[in-house]
Amino acid sequence: MAKRDDLGLREALSDRLLPMLVAAMSFLAALGLAGTLASASLARAWQNEASATLTIQVPQPNDPDATGKVMRLAAVQAALAQMPGVENPQLMSQADENKLLTPWLGGNATELGLDLPSVISARWAGASSPDALGESLDKIAPGTLVDAGAIWAARVAALTGSLQDCAAVVLLIVAAVAAAVVAVAARAGLAQRRDTITIVHGLGALDGDIAARFSSRATVLVAAGAVGGTIAALPVLAWLAWLAAPFAGTGIDAGGGALFNLPLPLLATLPILPLAAAGIGWVTSQITVRRWLRGLP
Amino acid sequence: MVRFEDVWLKYRTRPGTPGHDVLRGISFEIPDGGFRWLTGPSGAGKTSLLKLIYLAEHPARGFIEILGTRAAHISRREAALLRRRIGVVYQDFRLLPQLSAYDNVALPMRLAHRGETQINADVTEILRWVGLEDRLNARPDELSGGAQQRIAIARAVVARPKLLVADEPTGNLDDEQAQRLMLLITALNRLGTTVIIATHNMALVERYPAPRLRIEAGRMVQNG
Ligand SMILES: Nc1ncnc2c1ncn2[C@@H]1O[C@H](COP(=O)(O)OP(=O)(O)OP(=O)(O)O)[C@@H](O)[C@H]1O
Ligand SMILES: [Mg+2]
Repeated sequence: MAKRDDLGLREALSDRLLPMLVAAMSFLAALGLAGTLASASLARAWQNEASATLTIQVPQPNDPDATGKVMRLAAVQAALAQMPGVENPQLMSQADENKLLTPWLGGNATELGLDLPSVISARWAGASSPDALGESLDKIAPGTLVDAGAIWAARVAALTGSLQDCAAVVLLIVAAVAAAVVAVAARAGLAQRRDTITIVHGLGALDGDIAARFSSRATVLVAAGAVGGTIAALPVLAWLAWLAAPFAGTGIDAGGGALFNLPLPLLATLPILPLAAAGIGWVTSQITVRRWLRGLP
Repeated sequence: MVRFEDVWLKYRTRPGTPGHDVLRGISFEIPDGGFRWLTGPSGAGKTSLLKLIYLAEHPARGFIEILGTRAAHISRREAALLRRRIGVVYQDFRLLPQLSAYDNVALPMRLAHRGETQINADVTEILRWVGLEDRLNARPDELSGGAQQRIAIARAVVARPKLLVADEPTGNLDDEQAQRLMLLITALNRLGTTVIIATHNMALVERYPAPRLRIEAGRMVQNG
Protein backbone atom coordinates (compact mmCIF):
# COMPACT_ATOMS: atom_id res chain seq x y z
CA MET A 1 0.00 0.00 0.00
CA ALA A 2 2.47 2.52 -1.23
CA LYS A 3 1.32 6.06 -1.89
CA ARG A 4 -2.40 5.57 -2.30
CA ASP A 5 -4.76 6.74 0.41
CA ASP A 6 -6.37 3.35 1.17
CA LEU A 7 -7.07 4.31 4.76
CA GLY A 8 -8.80 7.55 3.74
CA LEU A 9 -6.44 9.58 5.91
CA ARG A 10 -6.66 12.66 3.71
CA GLU A 11 -10.10 13.06 5.22
CA ALA A 12 -9.50 11.58 8.67
CA LEU A 13 -6.42 13.74 9.29
CA SER A 14 -7.73 16.89 7.68
CA ASP A 15 -5.49 19.60 6.31
CA ARG A 16 -7.37 22.32 8.20
CA LEU A 17 -7.20 22.23 11.97
CA LEU A 18 -3.88 20.47 12.61
CA PRO A 19 -1.71 22.72 10.39
CA MET A 20 -3.46 25.82 11.75
CA LEU A 21 -2.82 24.86 15.36
CA VAL A 22 0.76 23.91 14.62
CA ALA A 23 1.25 27.19 12.75
CA ALA A 24 0.09 29.11 15.82
CA MET A 25 2.40 27.01 17.96
CA SER A 26 5.36 27.62 15.66
CA PHE A 27 4.64 31.34 15.68
CA LEU A 28 4.93 31.30 19.47
CA ALA A 29 8.00 29.09 19.29
CA ALA A 30 9.65 31.53 16.87
CA LEU A 31 9.03 34.35 19.34
CA GLY A 32 10.36 32.21 22.17
CA LEU A 33 13.42 31.32 20.17
CA ALA A 34 14.01 34.98 19.29
CA GLY A 35 13.59 35.80 22.99
CA THR A 36 16.23 33.25 23.95
CA LEU A 37 18.73 34.49 21.41
CA ALA A 38 17.95 38.18 21.95
CA SER A 39 18.33 38.01 25.70
CA ALA A 40 21.63 36.21 25.19
CA SER A 41 22.98 38.87 22.86
CA LEU A 42 21.58 41.74 24.95
CA ALA A 43 23.20 40.17 27.99
CA ARG A 44 26.53 40.15 26.20
CA ALA A 45 26.20 43.74 25.01
CA TRP A 46 25.00 45.11 28.32
CA GLN A 47 27.57 43.24 30.33
CA ASN A 48 30.37 44.60 28.19
CA GLU A 49 28.91 48.06 28.53
CA ALA A 50 28.48 47.82 32.28
CA SER A 51 31.78 46.24 33.10
CA ALA A 52 33.57 48.77 30.91
CA THR A 53 32.42 51.64 33.10
CA LEU A 54 34.88 52.75 35.80
CA THR A 55 33.83 55.03 38.64
CA ILE A 56 36.68 56.29 40.80
CA GLN A 57 35.93 58.02 44.09
CA VAL A 58 38.70 60.09 45.63
CA PRO A 59 37.94 61.04 49.26
CA GLN A 60 39.40 64.27 50.61
CA PRO A 61 40.43 65.31 47.14
CA ASN A 62 42.11 68.48 48.30
CA ASP A 63 44.40 66.89 50.86
CA PRO A 64 47.99 66.28 49.86
CA ASP A 65 48.76 62.93 48.33
CA ALA A 66 51.15 60.27 49.58
CA THR A 67 54.20 62.23 48.38
CA GLY A 68 52.83 65.37 49.97
CA LYS A 69 53.63 67.42 46.88
CA VAL A 70 50.29 67.64 45.06
CA MET A 71 46.61 67.35 45.92
CA ARG A 72 45.18 63.85 45.90
CA LEU A 73 42.72 64.52 43.11
CA ALA A 74 45.38 65.94 40.81
CA ALA A 75 47.71 63.05 41.63
CA VAL A 76 45.01 60.45 40.84
CA GLN A 77 44.10 62.25 37.62
CA ALA A 78 47.76 62.33 36.57
CA ALA A 79 48.14 58.64 37.40
CA LEU A 80 44.99 57.71 35.46
CA ALA A 81 46.21 59.61 32.42
CA GLN A 82 49.36 57.44 32.45
CA MET A 83 47.65 54.12 32.99
CA PRO A 84 47.18 51.70 30.08
CA GLY A 85 43.57 50.55 29.67
CA VAL A 86 42.02 53.66 31.15
CA GLU A 87 40.30 55.76 28.52
CA ASN A 88 38.79 59.19 28.66
CA PRO A 89 38.91 59.92 32.41
CA GLN A 90 36.51 62.77 33.23
CA LEU A 91 36.08 64.56 36.50
CA MET A 92 32.38 64.66 37.26
CA SER A 93 31.13 68.24 37.37
CA GLN A 94 29.52 69.58 40.52
CA ALA A 95 26.19 69.67 38.75
CA ASP A 96 26.45 66.01 37.79
CA GLU A 97 27.54 65.05 41.26
CA ASN A 98 24.55 66.98 42.66
CA LYS A 99 22.28 65.02 40.35
CA LEU A 100 23.80 61.76 41.52
CA LEU A 101 23.33 62.64 45.19
CA THR A 102 19.92 64.30 45.01
CA PRO A 103 17.99 61.18 46.05
CA TRP A 104 19.99 60.98 49.26
CA LEU A 105 21.04 64.49 50.17
CA GLY A 106 18.69 66.82 48.32
CA GLY A 107 19.37 69.13 45.42
CA ASN A 108 22.39 71.03 46.71
CA ALA A 109 24.57 68.38 48.26
CA THR A 110 27.80 70.06 47.31
CA GLU A 111 26.78 73.20 49.19
CA LEU A 112 26.09 71.42 52.44
CA GLY A 113 29.70 71.75 53.45
CA LEU A 114 30.13 68.01 53.53
CA ASP A 115 33.46 66.59 52.68
CA LEU A 116 32.34 64.82 49.55
CA PRO A 117 34.67 62.68 47.47
CA SER A 118 35.46 63.72 43.95
CA VAL A 119 34.20 61.35 41.32
CA ILE A 120 36.04 60.52 38.10
CA SER A 121 34.39 58.40 35.44
CA ALA A 122 36.32 56.56 32.77
CA ARG A 123 36.12 53.63 30.41
CA TRP A 124 38.05 50.49 31.06
CA ALA A 125 39.52 49.05 27.90
CA GLY A 126 42.04 46.77 29.56
CA ALA A 127 41.95 43.08 28.95
CA SER A 128 42.06 41.96 32.56
CA SER A 129 39.95 43.10 35.47
CA PRO A 130 40.65 46.59 36.76
CA ASP A 131 41.27 45.39 40.35
CA ALA A 132 44.98 46.26 40.25
CA LEU A 133 44.01 49.79 39.33
CA GLY A 134 42.25 50.26 42.66
CA GLU A 135 45.31 49.08 44.59
CA SER A 136 47.75 51.39 42.86
CA LEU A 137 45.41 54.40 43.19
CA ASP A 138 44.92 53.60 46.87
CA LYS A 139 48.67 53.98 47.34
CA ILE A 140 48.58 57.48 45.85
CA ALA A 141 45.43 58.62 47.64
CA PRO A 142 44.43 56.34 50.50
CA GLY A 143 40.73 55.45 50.51
CA THR A 144 40.33 55.79 46.74
CA LEU A 145 37.64 53.38 45.50
CA VAL A 146 37.37 51.94 41.99
CA ASP A 147 33.93 50.61 41.05
CA ALA A 148 34.08 48.58 37.88
CA GLY A 149 30.33 48.31 37.37
CA ALA A 150 30.61 44.65 38.20
CA ILE A 151 27.53 44.61 40.42
CA TRP A 152 25.45 46.19 37.69
CA ALA A 153 26.85 43.66 35.27
CA ALA A 154 25.95 40.82 37.61
CA ARG A 155 22.40 42.10 37.90
CA VAL A 156 22.07 42.36 34.14
CA ALA A 157 23.36 38.84 33.87
CA ALA A 158 20.82 37.58 36.39
CA LEU A 159 17.97 39.37 34.65
CA THR A 160 18.85 38.24 31.15
CA GLY A 161 19.59 34.75 32.47
CA SER A 162 16.10 34.42 33.86
CA LEU A 163 14.63 35.88 30.67
CA GLN A 164 16.46 33.14 28.79
CA ASP A 165 15.12 30.51 31.17
CA CYS A 166 11.59 31.83 30.62
CA ALA A 167 12.02 31.70 26.86
CA ALA A 168 13.32 28.14 27.11
CA VAL A 169 10.33 27.15 29.26
CA VAL A 170 8.02 28.74 26.67
CA LEU A 171 9.67 26.64 23.96
CA LEU A 172 9.25 23.48 26.01
CA ILE A 173 5.59 24.21 26.73
CA VAL A 174 4.93 24.97 23.08
CA ALA A 175 6.59 21.67 22.10
CA ALA A 176 4.50 19.77 24.67
CA VAL A 177 1.27 21.39 23.48
CA ALA A 178 2.20 20.62 19.87
CA ALA A 179 2.73 16.97 20.79
CA ALA A 180 -0.64 16.93 22.57
CA VAL A 181 -2.35 18.47 19.53
CA VAL A 182 -0.84 15.83 17.24
CA ALA A 183 -1.88 13.05 19.64
CA VAL A 184 -5.46 14.35 19.78
CA ALA A 185 -5.62 14.69 15.99
CA ALA A 186 -4.23 11.17 15.52
CA ARG A 187 -6.74 9.76 18.02
CA ALA A 188 -9.58 11.54 16.25
CA GLY A 189 -8.36 10.12 12.93
CA LEU A 190 -8.15 6.63 14.43
CA ALA A 191 -11.66 6.92 15.84
CA GLN A 192 -12.99 8.08 12.49
CA ARG A 193 -11.26 5.21 10.63
CA ARG A 194 -11.74 2.54 13.31
CA ASP A 195 -13.62 0.16 10.97
CA THR A 196 -11.21 0.62 8.09
CA ILE A 197 -8.19 0.06 10.30
CA THR A 198 -9.74 -2.98 11.93
CA ILE A 199 -10.38 -4.48 8.49
CA VAL A 200 -6.91 -3.70 7.18
CA HIS A 201 -5.45 -5.12 10.38
CA GLY A 202 -7.53 -8.26 9.81
CA LEU A 203 -6.12 -8.55 6.29
CA GLY A 204 -2.63 -8.71 7.77
CA ALA A 205 -1.39 -5.12 7.78
CA LEU A 206 1.56 -4.66 10.13
CA ASP A 207 1.20 -2.20 13.00
CA GLY A 208 4.28 -0.47 11.62
CA ASP A 209 2.70 -0.03 8.18
CA ILE A 210 -0.49 1.47 9.59
CA ALA A 211 1.47 3.74 11.94
CA ALA A 212 3.68 4.81 9.04
CA ARG A 213 0.61 5.90 7.06
CA PHE A 214 -0.62 8.04 9.91
CA SER A 215 2.84 9.38 10.64
CA SER A 216 3.64 10.43 7.12
CA ARG A 217 0.31 12.23 6.82
CA ALA A 218 0.68 13.87 10.26
CA THR A 219 4.31 14.83 9.62
CA VAL A 220 3.48 16.52 6.32
CA LEU A 221 0.62 18.48 7.90
CA VAL A 222 2.69 19.48 10.94
CA ALA A 223 5.69 20.50 8.84
CA ALA A 224 3.49 22.60 6.56
CA GLY A 225 1.88 24.31 9.53
CA ALA A 226 5.25 24.93 11.16
CA VAL A 227 6.72 26.47 7.99
CA GLY A 228 3.67 28.73 7.72
CA GLY A 229 3.82 29.79 11.35
CA THR A 230 7.54 30.47 11.24
CA ILE A 231 7.25 32.56 8.09
CA ALA A 232 4.34 34.47 9.63
CA ALA A 233 6.57 35.27 12.62
CA LEU A 234 9.33 36.82 10.48
CA PRO A 235 7.81 40.34 10.18
CA VAL A 236 7.13 40.43 13.91
CA LEU A 237 10.66 39.29 14.65
CA ALA A 238 12.06 41.91 12.29
CA TRP A 239 10.06 44.58 14.08
CA LEU A 240 11.29 43.36 17.48
CA ALA A 241 14.86 43.26 16.21
CA TRP A 242 14.45 46.84 15.02
CA LEU A 243 13.17 47.87 18.45
CA ALA A 244 15.97 46.05 20.22
CA ALA A 245 18.75 47.29 17.96
CA PRO A 246 19.69 50.38 20.06
CA PHE A 247 19.99 48.24 23.18
CA ALA A 248 22.03 45.58 21.54
CA GLY A 249 24.44 48.26 20.34
CA THR A 250 24.08 47.25 16.71
CA GLY A 251 22.50 50.55 15.69
CA ILE A 252 19.41 51.05 13.59
CA ASP A 253 19.73 50.38 9.93
CA ALA A 254 18.26 53.48 8.40
CA GLY A 255 17.65 51.97 4.97
CA GLY A 256 14.69 49.65 5.73
CA GLY A 257 15.34 46.05 4.68
CA ALA A 258 14.26 45.16 8.20
CA LEU A 259 13.82 41.46 7.44
CA PHE A 260 17.45 41.00 6.61
CA ASN A 261 18.38 42.82 9.75
CA LEU A 262 17.50 39.77 11.81
CA PRO A 263 20.51 38.55 13.73
CA LEU A 264 22.35 35.75 12.00
CA PRO A 265 22.03 33.24 14.87
CA LEU A 266 18.24 33.66 14.73
CA LEU A 267 18.09 33.25 10.95
CA ALA A 268 20.25 30.15 11.29
CA THR A 269 18.08 28.67 14.06
CA LEU A 270 14.58 29.37 12.69
CA PRO A 271 14.66 26.56 10.09
CA ILE A 272 15.10 24.16 13.01
CA LEU A 273 11.51 24.94 14.11
CA PRO A 274 9.74 23.15 11.22
CA LEU A 275 12.23 20.29 11.51
CA ALA A 276 11.61 19.98 15.24
CA ALA A 277 7.84 20.22 14.64
CA ALA A 278 8.03 17.49 12.01
CA GLY A 279 9.99 15.33 14.45
CA ILE A 280 7.40 15.90 17.17
CA GLY A 281 4.63 15.08 14.68
CA TRP A 282 6.26 11.85 13.57
CA VAL A 283 7.19 10.54 17.00
CA THR A 284 3.86 11.48 18.61
CA SER A 285 1.74 9.94 15.85
CA GLN A 286 3.84 6.76 15.89
CA ILE A 287 3.40 6.36 19.65
CA THR A 288 -0.32 7.22 19.54
CA VAL A 289 -1.19 4.90 16.65
CA ARG A 290 0.91 1.96 17.82
CA ARG A 291 -0.57 2.19 21.30
CA TRP A 292 -4.09 2.29 19.83
CA LEU A 293 -3.39 -0.70 17.57
CA ARG A 294 -2.41 -2.76 20.64
CA GLY A 295 -6.13 -2.74 21.45
CA LEU A 296 -6.77 -4.88 18.33
CA PRO A 297 -6.27 -8.68 18.58
CA MET B 1 -3.43 -27.83 9.04
CA VAL B 2 -5.99 -26.37 11.43
CA ARG B 3 -6.17 -28.00 14.85
CA PHE B 4 -8.27 -27.15 17.92
CA GLU B 5 -7.82 -28.98 21.20
CA ASP B 6 -10.33 -28.38 23.99
CA VAL B 7 -10.81 -24.73 23.04
CA TRP B 8 -13.00 -22.47 25.17
CA LEU B 9 -14.02 -18.94 24.27
CA LYS B 10 -15.49 -16.32 26.54
CA TYR B 11 -16.63 -12.85 25.44
CA ARG B 12 -16.14 -10.32 28.17
CA THR B 13 -18.79 -7.70 27.52
CA ARG B 14 -17.71 -5.37 30.31
CA PRO B 15 -14.49 -5.48 32.32
CA GLY B 16 -15.19 -7.12 35.67
CA THR B 17 -18.26 -9.04 34.48
CA PRO B 18 -17.69 -12.82 34.29
CA GLY B 19 -18.78 -13.26 30.65
CA HIS B 20 -20.22 -16.54 29.45
CA ASP B 21 -18.69 -19.43 27.54
CA VAL B 22 -19.57 -19.14 23.86
CA LEU B 23 -17.46 -22.11 22.87
CA ARG B 24 -17.00 -25.06 25.23
CA GLY B 25 -14.25 -27.59 24.72
CA ILE B 26 -14.09 -27.55 20.93
CA SER B 27 -11.69 -30.08 19.35
CA PHE B 28 -11.24 -30.86 15.65
CA GLU B 29 -8.63 -31.10 12.95
CA ILE B 30 -8.63 -30.14 9.26
CA PRO B 31 -5.69 -31.53 7.29
CA ASP B 32 -3.92 -29.39 4.68
CA GLY B 33 -6.09 -29.18 1.57
CA GLY B 34 -9.15 -30.34 3.53
CA PHE B 35 -12.72 -29.07 3.18
CA ARG B 36 -15.22 -28.67 6.05
CA TRP B 37 -18.75 -27.39 6.37
CA LEU B 38 -19.49 -25.66 9.65
CA THR B 39 -23.16 -25.81 10.58
CA GLY B 40 -25.40 -25.17 13.52
CA PRO B 41 -28.30 -23.01 14.59
CA SER B 42 -28.09 -19.26 14.75
CA GLY B 43 -26.12 -18.17 17.82
CA ALA B 44 -24.44 -21.56 18.19
CA GLY B 45 -20.98 -20.01 17.90
CA LYS B 46 -20.00 -20.57 14.24
CA THR B 47 -18.71 -17.04 13.69
CA SER B 48 -16.96 -17.19 17.05
CA LEU B 49 -15.14 -20.36 16.04
CA LEU B 50 -14.09 -18.84 12.72
CA LYS B 51 -12.82 -15.71 14.54
CA LEU B 52 -10.46 -17.92 16.50
CA ILE B 53 -9.22 -19.40 13.23
CA TYR B 54 -8.55 -16.03 11.60
CA LEU B 55 -6.93 -14.70 14.79
CA ALA B 56 -9.56 -12.10 15.64
CA GLU B 57 -10.12 -13.58 19.11
CA HIS B 58 -8.00 -15.30 21.72
CA PRO B 59 -9.31 -18.47 23.41
CA ALA B 60 -9.92 -18.50 27.16
CA ARG B 61 -8.10 -21.82 27.15
CA GLY B 62 -7.16 -24.67 24.86
CA PHE B 63 -4.69 -25.17 22.04
CA ILE B 64 -5.01 -23.75 18.52
CA GLU B 65 -2.74 -24.44 15.59
CA ILE B 66 -3.22 -22.59 12.29
CA LEU B 67 -1.23 -23.51 9.16
CA GLY B 68 1.38 -25.21 11.30
CA THR B 69 1.73 -22.24 13.66
CA ARG B 70 0.71 -22.33 17.29
CA ALA B 71 -1.61 -19.36 17.68
CA ALA B 72 -0.77 -18.56 21.28
CA HIS B 73 2.40 -16.62 22.03
CA ILE B 74 3.14 -15.48 18.50
CA SER B 75 4.32 -11.89 18.05
CA ARG B 76 2.04 -9.26 16.55
CA ARG B 77 4.18 -9.29 13.43
CA GLU B 78 3.96 -13.06 13.07
CA ALA B 79 0.20 -12.88 13.58
CA ALA B 80 -0.09 -10.25 10.81
CA LEU B 81 1.99 -12.37 8.42
CA LEU B 82 -0.14 -15.42 9.28
CA ARG B 83 -3.35 -13.43 8.59
CA ARG B 84 -2.04 -12.70 5.09
CA ARG B 85 -2.12 -16.42 4.36
CA ILE B 86 -5.76 -16.69 5.47
CA GLY B 87 -8.54 -15.47 3.19
CA VAL B 88 -11.65 -14.42 5.12
CA VAL B 89 -15.18 -13.84 3.84
CA TYR B 90 -16.91 -12.04 6.70
CA GLN B 91 -20.59 -12.53 7.37
CA ASP B 92 -20.96 -8.73 7.17
CA PHE B 93 -18.52 -8.34 4.21
CA ARG B 94 -16.37 -5.56 5.78
CA LEU B 95 -15.49 -3.76 2.59
CA LEU B 96 -13.75 -0.38 2.84
CA PRO B 97 -16.48 2.13 1.97
CA GLN B 98 -14.11 4.74 0.55
CA LEU B 99 -12.49 2.35 -1.94
CA SER B 100 -13.72 1.13 -5.33
CA ALA B 101 -14.52 -2.54 -5.89
CA TYR B 102 -11.17 -2.91 -7.65
CA ASP B 103 -9.18 -1.32 -4.82
CA ASN B 104 -11.02 -3.36 -2.19
CA VAL B 105 -10.06 -6.56 -3.96
CA ALA B 106 -6.50 -5.33 -4.52
CA LEU B 107 -6.00 -4.54 -0.83
CA PRO B 108 -4.57 -7.91 0.33
CA MET B 109 -2.12 -7.93 -2.57
CA ARG B 110 -1.03 -4.39 -1.83
CA LEU B 111 -0.54 -5.29 1.83
CA ALA B 112 1.73 -8.07 0.63
CA HIS B 113 3.65 -5.53 -1.54
CA ARG B 114 2.88 -7.28 -4.84
CA GLY B 115 3.63 -5.37 -8.04
CA GLU B 116 0.80 -3.38 -9.67
CA THR B 117 1.10 -5.39 -12.92
CA GLN B 118 0.42 -8.64 -11.13
CA ILE B 119 -2.26 -6.98 -9.00
CA ASN B 120 -4.00 -5.71 -12.12
CA ALA B 121 -3.95 -9.14 -13.78
CA ASP B 122 -5.15 -11.05 -10.70
CA VAL B 123 -7.80 -8.56 -9.58
CA THR B 124 -9.27 -8.26 -13.06
CA GLU B 125 -9.38 -12.03 -13.42
CA ILE B 126 -11.04 -12.68 -10.09
CA LEU B 127 -13.59 -9.89 -10.64
CA ARG B 128 -14.46 -11.54 -13.96
CA TRP B 129 -14.91 -14.84 -12.09
CA VAL B 130 -17.45 -13.32 -9.71
CA GLY B 131 -19.12 -11.51 -12.60
CA LEU B 132 -18.29 -7.95 -11.60
CA GLU B 133 -15.77 -7.02 -14.30
CA ASP B 134 -17.99 -4.10 -15.32
CA ARG B 135 -18.28 -2.68 -11.79
CA LEU B 136 -14.57 -2.11 -11.10
CA ASN B 137 -14.98 1.51 -10.10
CA ALA B 138 -18.17 1.21 -8.08
CA ARG B 139 -18.04 1.98 -4.36
CA PRO B 140 -19.53 -0.70 -2.06
CA ASP B 141 -22.57 1.45 -1.25
CA GLU B 142 -23.38 1.61 -4.97
CA LEU B 143 -23.54 -2.18 -5.15
CA SER B 144 -26.29 -4.65 -4.22
CA GLY B 145 -25.82 -6.93 -1.20
CA GLY B 146 -25.04 -9.85 -3.50
CA ALA B 147 -22.47 -7.84 -5.44
CA GLN B 148 -20.86 -6.70 -2.19
CA GLN B 149 -20.68 -10.31 -1.07
CA ARG B 150 -19.00 -11.28 -4.31
CA ILE B 151 -16.47 -8.46 -3.84
CA ALA B 152 -15.79 -9.79 -0.34
CA ILE B 153 -15.27 -13.29 -1.77
CA ALA B 154 -12.98 -11.96 -4.48
CA ARG B 155 -10.91 -10.13 -1.85
CA ALA B 156 -10.65 -13.31 0.23
CA VAL B 157 -9.30 -15.46 -2.60
CA VAL B 158 -7.33 -13.01 -4.75
CA ALA B 159 -4.01 -13.56 -2.92
CA ARG B 160 -4.40 -17.38 -3.21
CA PRO B 161 -4.58 -18.02 0.53
CA LYS B 162 -3.43 -21.28 2.09
CA LEU B 163 -6.59 -21.26 4.21
CA LEU B 164 -10.02 -19.92 3.24
CA VAL B 165 -12.51 -19.10 5.98
CA ALA B 166 -15.98 -18.16 4.74
CA ASP B 167 -18.80 -17.11 7.04
CA GLU B 168 -22.16 -17.58 5.34
CA PRO B 169 -20.72 -16.64 1.92
CA THR B 170 -23.88 -17.40 0.00
CA GLY B 171 -26.29 -15.56 2.27
CA ASN B 172 -27.00 -12.85 -0.28
CA LEU B 173 -26.50 -14.85 -3.47
CA ASP B 174 -29.07 -16.42 -5.78
CA ASP B 175 -28.77 -20.08 -6.65
CA GLU B 176 -26.76 -19.58 -9.82
CA GLN B 177 -24.30 -17.22 -8.15
CA ALA B 178 -23.95 -19.63 -5.23
CA GLN B 179 -23.12 -22.46 -7.66
CA ARG B 180 -20.55 -20.31 -9.40
CA LEU B 181 -18.99 -19.39 -6.07
CA MET B 182 -18.78 -23.07 -5.09
CA LEU B 183 -17.04 -23.80 -8.39
CA LEU B 184 -14.45 -21.18 -7.54
CA ILE B 185 -13.96 -22.49 -4.02
CA THR B 186 -13.71 -26.14 -5.02
CA ALA B 187 -11.18 -25.17 -7.70
CA LEU B 188 -9.08 -23.41 -5.04
CA ASN B 189 -9.49 -26.40 -2.73
CA ARG B 190 -8.23 -28.74 -5.43
CA LEU B 191 -5.18 -26.48 -5.80
CA GLY B 192 -4.39 -27.07 -2.12
CA THR B 193 -6.24 -24.38 -0.18
CA THR B 194 -7.75 -25.61 3.08
CA VAL B 195 -11.41 -24.51 3.25
CA ILE B 196 -13.95 -24.07 6.04
CA ILE B 197 -17.37 -22.64 5.31
CA ALA B 198 -20.03 -21.76 7.89
CA THR B 199 -23.52 -21.88 6.44
CA HIS B 200 -27.24 -22.34 7.08
CA ASN B 201 -27.74 -23.34 3.43
CA MET B 202 -28.36 -27.09 3.81
CA ALA B 203 -29.19 -27.51 0.10
CA LEU B 204 -25.68 -26.31 -0.70
CA VAL B 205 -24.21 -28.67 1.90
CA GLU B 206 -26.11 -31.57 0.33
CA ARG B 207 -24.91 -30.67 -3.15
CA TYR B 208 -21.23 -30.48 -2.19
CA PRO B 209 -20.70 -33.37 0.18
CA ALA B 210 -17.83 -32.89 2.62
CA PRO B 211 -17.19 -33.60 6.31
CA ARG B 212 -19.30 -31.46 8.64
CA LEU B 213 -18.50 -29.78 11.91
CA ARG B 214 -21.75 -29.11 13.69
CA ILE B 215 -21.97 -27.01 16.81
CA GLU B 216 -24.90 -26.35 19.06
CA ALA B 217 -24.80 -23.95 21.99
CA GLY B 218 -21.03 -23.78 21.84
CA ARG B 219 -20.42 -27.52 21.83
CA MET B 220 -19.28 -29.71 18.95
CA VAL B 221 -22.05 -32.22 18.26
CA GLN B 222 -20.83 -33.67 14.96
CA ASN B 223 -17.33 -34.05 13.51
CA GLY B 224 -17.16 -35.82 10.17
N1 LIG C 1 -18.47 -9.67 20.38
C1 LIG C 1 -19.32 -10.36 21.16
N2 LIG C 1 -19.49 -10.05 22.47
C2 LIG C 1 -20.32 -10.75 23.26
N3 LIG C 1 -21.03 -11.79 22.85
C3 LIG C 1 -20.93 -12.16 21.54
C4 LIG C 1 -20.08 -11.46 20.65
N4 LIG C 1 -20.18 -12.05 19.43
C5 LIG C 1 -21.05 -13.05 19.58
N5 LIG C 1 -21.51 -13.12 20.83
C6 LIG C 1 -22.44 -14.13 21.36
O1 LIG C 1 -21.86 -15.41 21.15
C7 LIG C 1 -22.83 -16.34 20.74
C8 LIG C 1 -22.41 -16.98 19.44
O2 LIG C 1 -22.42 -16.01 18.42
P1 LIG C 1 -21.93 -16.30 16.94
O3 LIG C 1 -21.95 -15.02 16.20
O4 LIG C 1 -20.64 -17.01 17.01
O5 LIG C 1 -23.07 -17.26 16.43
P2 LIG C 1 -23.29 -17.87 14.97
O6 LIG C 1 -23.34 -19.32 15.12
O7 LIG C 1 -22.29 -17.30 14.04
O8 LIG C 1 -24.73 -17.32 14.62
P3 LIG C 1 -25.34 -16.92 13.16
O9 LIG C 1 -25.67 -18.19 12.51
O10 LIG C 1 -26.56 -16.15 13.49
O11 LIG C 1 -24.31 -16.13 12.45
C9 LIG C 1 -24.12 -15.58 20.66
O12 LIG C 1 -24.86 -15.84 21.84
C10 LIG C 1 -23.74 -14.15 20.59
O13 LIG C 1 -24.69 -13.36 21.21
MG1 LIG D 1 -22.34 -16.04 12.44
